[in-house]
Amino acid sequence: MSDLTKLTITEARDGLAAKEFSAKELADSHIRAIDAGNEALNAYILPTPEKALAMAEASDQRIARGESGPLEGIPLGIKDLFCTKGVRTTACSQILDDFKPTYESTVTQNIWDAGAVLLGKLNNDEFAMGSSNESSAFGCCVNPWRRNGDETNLVPGGSSGGSASAVAANLCLGAVGTDTGGSIRQPAAFTGIVGLKPTYGRCSRWGIVAFASSLDQAGPLAKTVEDAALLLQVMASHDPKDTTSIDTPVPDYRKGLRNGIKGLKIGIPEEYRVDGMPEDIEDLWRKGIDWMKAAGAEIQEVSLPHTKYALPAYYIVAPAEASSNLARYDGVRYGQRIPGDDLLEMYENSRAEGFGAEVKRRILIGTYVLSAGYYDAYYQKAQKIRTLIKNDFTDAFEKVDLLLTPTTPAPAFGIGEVSGDPVQMYLNDVFTVTVNMAGLPGLSVPAGLSSEGTPLGLQLIAKPLDEETLLQAGYALEEAAGPLPVPENWWNK
Amino acid sequence: MKVDEATVRHIARLARIKVTDEEAKNLETELSAILTWVEQLGEVDTRNVAPLTSVVQMSMKKREDQVSDGDCADDIIANAPEVADHFFVVPKVVE
Amino acid sequence: MQERVNPDKANLIAGATGDWEVVIGIEIHAQVTSKAKLFSGASTEFGGEPNSHVSLVDAAMPGMLPVINEECVAQAVRTGLGLKAKINLHSVFDRKNYFYPDLPQGYQISQYKHPIVGEGDVILDFKDGSTVTVGIERLHLEQDAGKSLHDQHPEHSFVDLNRSGVALMEIVSKPDLRSSEQAKAFISKLRTILRYLGTCDGNMEQGSMRADINVSVRKPRDDLGTRCEIKNMNSIRFIGQAIDYEARRQIDVIEDGGTIRQETRLFDTRTGETRAMRTKEEAHDYRYFPDPDLLPLEFTQDYVDALDADLPELPDAKKKRFVEDYELSAYDAGVLIASRAASDYFETVATGRDPKLASNWVTGDLFGALNKLGKEIGESPVSAESLGELVDLISDKTISGRIAKDVFDIMLETGEAPAKIVEKRGLKQVTDTGAIEKIVDEIIAANPDQVEQVKTKPKTLGWFVGQVMKATQGKANPQAVNDILREKLEVGEE
Ligand SMILES: [Mg+2]
Ligand SMILES: [Zn+2]
Repeated sequence: MSDLTKLTITEARDGLAAKEFSAKELADSHIRAIDAGNEALNAYILPTPEKALAMAEASDQRIARGESGPLEGIPLGIKDLFCTKGVRTTACSQILDDFKPTYESTVTQNIWDAGAVLLGKLNNDEFAMGSSNESSAFGCCVNPWRRNGDETNLVPGGSSGGSASAVAANLCLGAVGTDTGGSIRQPAAFTGIVGLKPTYGRCSRWGIVAFASSLDQAGPLAKTVEDAALLLQVMASHDPKDTTSIDTPVPDYRKGLRNGIKGLKIGIPEEYRVDGMPEDIEDLWRKGIDWMKAAGAEIQEVSLPHTKYALPAYYIVAPAEASSNLARYDGVRYGQRIPGDDLLEMYENSRAEGFGAEVKRRILIGTYVLSAGYYDAYYQKAQKIRTLIKNDFTDAFEKVDLLLTPTTPAPAFGIGEVSGDPVQMYLNDVFTVTVNMAGLPGLSVPAGLSSEGTPLGLQLIAKPLDEETLLQAGYALEEAAGPLPVPENWWNK
Repeated sequence: MKVDEATVRHIARLARIKVTDEEAKNLETELSAILTWVEQLGEVDTRNVAPLTSVVQMSMKKREDQVSDGDCADDIIANAPEVADHFFVVPKVVE
Repeated sequence: MQERVNPDKANLIAGATGDWEVVIGIEIHAQVTSKAKLFSGASTEFGGEPNSHVSLVDAAMPGMLPVINEECVAQAVRTGLGLKAKINLHSVFDRKNYFYPDLPQGYQISQYKHPIVGEGDVILDFKDGSTVTVGIERLHLEQDAGKSLHDQHPEHSFVDLNRSGVALMEIVSKPDLRSSEQAKAFISKLRTILRYLGTCDGNMEQGSMRADINVSVRKPRDDLGTRCEIKNMNSIRFIGQAIDYEARRQIDVIEDGGTIRQETRLFDTRTGETRAMRTKEEAHDYRYFPDPDLLPLEFTQDYVDALDADLPELPDAKKKRFVEDYELSAYDAGVLIASRAASDYFETVATGRDPKLASNWVTGDLFGALNKLGKEIGESPVSAESLGELVDLISDKTISGRIAKDVFDIMLETGEAPAKIVEKRGLKQVTDTGAIEKIVDEIIAANPDQVEQVKTKPKTLGWFVGQVMKATQGKANPQAVNDILREKLEVGEE
């Protein structure tokens, strides 16, 4: 039998249906891959092999009874931001200690209900705050890709770095992540895989450790656009437990996948041509435009004038919401408690030791911008800018069906290379963050390699709730880009 | 916007995070850099712009008034650092 | 700040340097009557084992989200309508951020800039017939906190989240109150309105209604003085005491050359004094911002109108109707409408009967008896129907008013129907004039001196009446006795 970990979800479903292998065999080969590779990659912070085998066995029984769900027997990894019942959930923060939820997030419950198998919890930036996975309390996750002729460990991007790395290194067939400012799409681009951030409200936020409530959205990381469509199909739902979840039926995302993009109008936002963007990213973007044109799409220049303000506005809104969302980590009801002389000191000690540097930085920024006298100048101002950003998109979507941009302004960098200056790190999200600010769906598709031999992605952006067109165009882009080389396996023990 | 050390300490107290002298110094620099960077938003005229309240265009769904939850005290305290008789226990608070 | 009430001499407090005026504003936290909490499906039931009425949402577990209870919204709107206030079709839930062990989220979901209800009015009636209109600033919906027990252990506090997330209405008055009497009347009236509406049970002992009292003093017509907030009062009597103490304290401080510091104070029920809270008062900075987990709260005018149409008759309207329809005095009407149960009781008694007579029986004999028994009107041993029958027996002259009092006492004790009591005990009034005439003749014959006297002193006719009543064990119809006596003794009508 060939290496089952190299399959796509679509191929694995076919193989399971044809009884070429069992769910247990599929899970087992992934468990072995994790055993061999996770030490070097640090993608999983908590592998759950026993649970995986038990779930796979149950899957095999359902398959035998002809009761397969849409993800029956498919082994997946879950970002540690999702609460998983009885399975330690930490958001990769020390402050949650050994927190074992007594409940299951809606998105992961949807996945288990569809028959999927849990391989383990994946690494991420602490509380999803970061663009490199370096802020994880469990140490940085490593990108399976390396630069040509260079053994420097590269970051997988973040915050869903573990998810991206695990998918790219075949340590799972697909993964579930979250995207607040680019946290699915940027690591997907850095690791040469597909990452989709759905429309805000398409997936329930219930049971996901909150970072910035108005921006957080769960989404899939997968090897192919079709796999991403399959995963989103299952993840998306209307959830009465989440007031911001959208109550419209989930369409069949795979139905029109191969319909092509003839006649689709694709906008190219001029403001995404930023100063100092590397030549290879410019080239790739141009190539992407040509591919879309060749596939019959109509290309049109559009303007999103407030683009440059999205990132600074994001770094007000997200920390503000985070400062409030993270107030519950106080050492009273769960998580780590560090005693002190009195209650106040207990709070201050627990939070000082429990949170890492980046999280503290953002909590303090958020506290500052909401504090008396500054609300209007910062938070309110940023929310007004958000209105303008959203209006920009609304105007653009009067003229075009989709937008095409690079996913990131640069390829993956080395661990420790950008850590000095927080603002420099924040610039990683300059092309992805606009999409979160406006609540739109965005998709990163691997489209080529940088001059250093590391992956690059192109981003497609669609109208609210138009994931169908997004995936359809993503599929066309994937076809045009052709198969990308795979990283050489250096990580196995 | 530059923040001074006293401001750093004040917001750290509001956020209930203890900071060492060294951390306070570093944070002073880092927070000032971030706040200076976001100041570019001042370039945008937002006088007649309403702040965004939600990216989704829908009205808020409401729950029926039914008791559908609770009676799970064991779950509530399952992860607690210190409990007594199903109460959470904290250092004494003096009012 | 708006000056709505002119200084009333009677309310002024004498100090060494002249008269002082106390200015009071009140914030009430009223628990919304609902089965489940504001943002979770856990029960609002009072009491229960620690952390038993708590959902994962109330305990602020990671990833939990609030979903609003529609009934709590409706209750707030009903209350707003009852306060004749502006209902805001668009309101917003904000987060009020602060750390406290009984505040699991680290923030309270409340309404700050855009409350569900805007300005309204509450009218207070006083015994002397005067009224005071108290402005309502706003009403907003918010979550209650849990409960910390500080006295169970020398070094620890215990936290129970059963109340965490229960819906509260915060009702804020304008600083329109000028005495502890007015403050007490305001809280009673507000409680009456809430109880009529069924939006809060008004049970202060269980904490369903708590008040924060803002007190300041000034020389009449001066600008407002610095205020102190007396927190968490849950007894109307203590609120009066606390205000009186605090006003006097502030006057003394100022007259001794001191200044009032704006601070939060607690009332000690044992000493009757207020004291500054010991918790170090950091400058409060709640960092309010709209809760991103919730959308704005929006409803239509039709929704409001439908709730309005279903509203019960409110105390002020009922009082007006009682005065107009039943021709009761404003005072009697006020006493009767103080509770919905009492007014309902009265209306059952009064319907189809003499309202004045009904009112006298309810406010006099019945309330007096209940008071003695320590019972609420809902627990009355005499039902409204029975009391109505008793009034019937008086009106159709089956019994006299005096006999009725005896019958009523028996009803209180035995719960028997009045007709049955009268029947069984032979208390029926004698209206047979022949029988009465016979007794009158006997008394006249036996008392020639009295007969002589009544001719010059007509007032002594009462002596004869008494004799006849005595002879008939009170059963003779007093009017008939009177008529016959006047005729026979030739005493004219007065
Ligand atoms: Mg208040
Ligand atoms: Zn309040």
